[in-house]
Amino acid sequence: MSLLLKGGRVVDPAGGLDGVQDVLVTDGTIARLGRGLKAPEGAQVVDAAGKVVCPGFIDIHVHLREPGYEYKETIASGTRAAAAGGFTAVACMANTLPVNDNRAVTDFILAKARVEGAVRVYAIGAVTRGLKGQELAEMAEQAEAGCVAFSDDGLCVMNAEIYRRAMEYTLPFGTPIISHAEDEHLAHRGAMHEGLVSTELGLAGQPSAAEDVMVARDILLAELTGAHVHIAHISTVGAVRLVREAKARGVRVTAEATPHHLLLTDEAVREYDPNMKMAPPLRTKRDVEAVLEGLLDGTVDCIATDHAPHALSEKEDEFGACANGVIGLETAVPLLLDRLVRGGRMDLSTLVQRLSPAPARLLNLPGGSLAAGAPADITVLDLERPWTVEPAKFRSRARNTPFAGSTGTGAPVMTIVGGKVVSP
Amino acid sequence: MAWKRKDLVSMQDTEAAEIIEVLDTAESMKEIATREIKKVPTLRGKTIVNLFYEASTRTRTSFEIAGKWLSADVINFSGSGSSAEKGESFLDTAKNIEAMSPNVVVVRHKAPGGPALLARHLKCSVINAGDGAHEHPTQALLDLLTIRQKKGHLEGLNVTIVGDITHSRVARSDIHAMRKMGMTVTVAGPPTLIPAGCQDMGVKVSHRLEEAIAHADVIMMLRLQHERMTGGFIPSLREYSRVWGLTLDRLTHCRPDVLIMHPGPVNRGVELSPEVADSQYSVILDQVTNGVAVRMAVLYLLADRRAA
Repeated sequence: MSLLLKGGRVVDPAGGLDGVQDVLVTDGTIARLGRGLKAPEGAQVVDAAGKVVCPGFIDIHVHLREPGYEYKETIASGTRAAAAGGFTAVACMANTLPVNDNRAVTDFILAKARVEGAVRVYAIGAVTRGLKGQELAEMAEQAEAGCVAFSDDGLCVMNAEIYRRAMEYTLPFGTPIISHAEDEHLAHRGAMHEGLVSTELGLAGQPSAAEDVMVARDILLAELTGAHVHIAHISTVGAVRLVREAKARGVRVTAEATPHHLLLTDEAVREYDPNMKMAPPLRTKRDVEAVLEGLLDGTVDCIATDHAPHALSEKEDEFGACANGVIGLETAVPLLLDRLVRGGRMDLSTLVQRLSPAPARLLNLPGGSLAAGAPADITVLDLERPWTVEPAKFRSRARNTPFAGSTGTGAPVMTIVGGKVVSP
Repeated sequence: MAWKRKDLVSMQDTEAAEIIEVLDTAESMKEIATREIKKVPTLRGKTIVNLFYEASTRTRTSFEIAGKWLSADVINFSGSGSSAEKGESFLDTAKNIEAMSPNVVVVRHKAPGGPALLARHLKCSVINAGDGAHEHPTQALLDLLTIRQKKGHLEGLNVTIVGDITHSRVARSDIHAMRKMGMTVTVAGPPTLIPAGCQDMGVKVSHRLEEAIAHADVIMMLRLQHERMTGGFIPSLREYSRVWGLTLDRLTHCRPDVLIMHPGPVNRGVELSPEVADSQYSVILDQVTNGVAVRMAVLYLLADRRAA
């Protein structure tokens, strides 16, 4: 089975390529790139003229909610959302029910994903049993079962000794520890970022320091253990500075940023819209600028959505009481293309790098490249396609986006996984 | 008429002209309280629901009296002992009440933004009677009415608000309303009880009581809630009272015509010494009296809005 993408602008940062090329795919892998390639007998031919052909985008931070919270999202619906949003692979967090803290749950997720998943699914195991922060989960078996990283995401492992042991224990597997850096004592009252807006709204805030102190701690523990620590959803000036300094010192620390922390500030909370509530919270303009600067200079390695689906009933509530988290799989790429690339803040090739080769390398995943022999995971973009965010049309089961009604130009138009078109 | 909006949710969103209209209307309502028969037919046939999810004696009573003196049908609904305890969501309860066609819903809720949520979803008017640490707009209006009566004007006056600013909806509503009226506001308290970014609201911040009240025309003392110790905000009531309590002694350094106000209920001996609470400076009971007039004015302006 072959597929020929004809005449597209190929942007492949891993191969240093940005130019019009045809891409030939056979048997699920990239066969070759070149001009005027002839379609083999029976090949599907896609006219990609005027479009951009990229290595498939990889989102290393999503919540697929299955098993246990199928009313929020399922592996099937979440991966359909990923495909529609231009992602060819996702890595799902461990806070399911039961928690993915043992091999049986990992096996279930990966088996289900093989059958029902529209895109590739990688599992992230829990660091501690039941996400309770007290005892190590069975990470050796989980790594064997296929977990690509470990994280108690959603919760911060407050016990520094346990966290140190987790870093040491996972060293042989080459799997990073992903930190949800949020000091639970500094943050526990806060429903939003602490500042003028939280004060005026009368909402308890959490200071940037709640994130910064944990990023600092985790960097020190990475230094102590030699482990690779990845900072999830970095959101503050201070945390970006800490990661930049640590990288300069040679510490094995990496970081990701979410589209909402790159595009929104705490001013968006003014109407008490529950879809503006997530952890870490939306911060100030200074923080947004610092995260973007970090993303541009490579301090922040990649973009991840922290796609966190919730049912309407969990969000349609008082701001302080409603669930934390927003979805992002179907809005990330269009928003970034419009606000960053079209907005002149970032060139296309850098954006593709942060969405594909960077996350692939970070978690040692296949993909992130259009070189011959690479898996044929491909995202096709139309930089001129106008869009409006319409939650009612989402493939995700959830609607909790902070970007409802937003408009822009530039969107993913085709997603190919292992040589098969999975969207549209 | 300056008043055009459907709801009264915050002082931050209310304009100066609207505030003045409420105060002027309240002045005309005050006379009703002096009558033998305290009832006018203004809101006859209108229904007001007091939806109180948080314990309140004076605010609920004040709204209830205000509605009854205007001849409205007033129904009290409290969060406890009702469907709220059976797990019905706040919004569902409110929508059910709306299905019975009230004209105004007066809501008190522990969640900041609760009244704003109802205002967005309900077609009837919503009055915020206090939402967490967000706002308590009718309190600010009755404070302004009291100050205007005693001082004859508002513009140019210095007001100092003392105590737990962090958790105070009264402080927030007062700050917004007073600034719109051209008053200078100082907030004073231990740094742990002054919220982040407070000075960006256009107030001066002081951490010394004597300095903060020296030039004040009005001192607004806030209630210190007992549970603030467990949150690590202050070490003890005893120490708070010694450092931040207003005593006659401390008042000797103030302006002789200073007004002492308090949104109530007063912790006698904590933020206010009993001598100060009962002194000639204190206008605390005038505030309560004016509360009814202000709420009559607000109910009238909102409930009568569509008829107008």
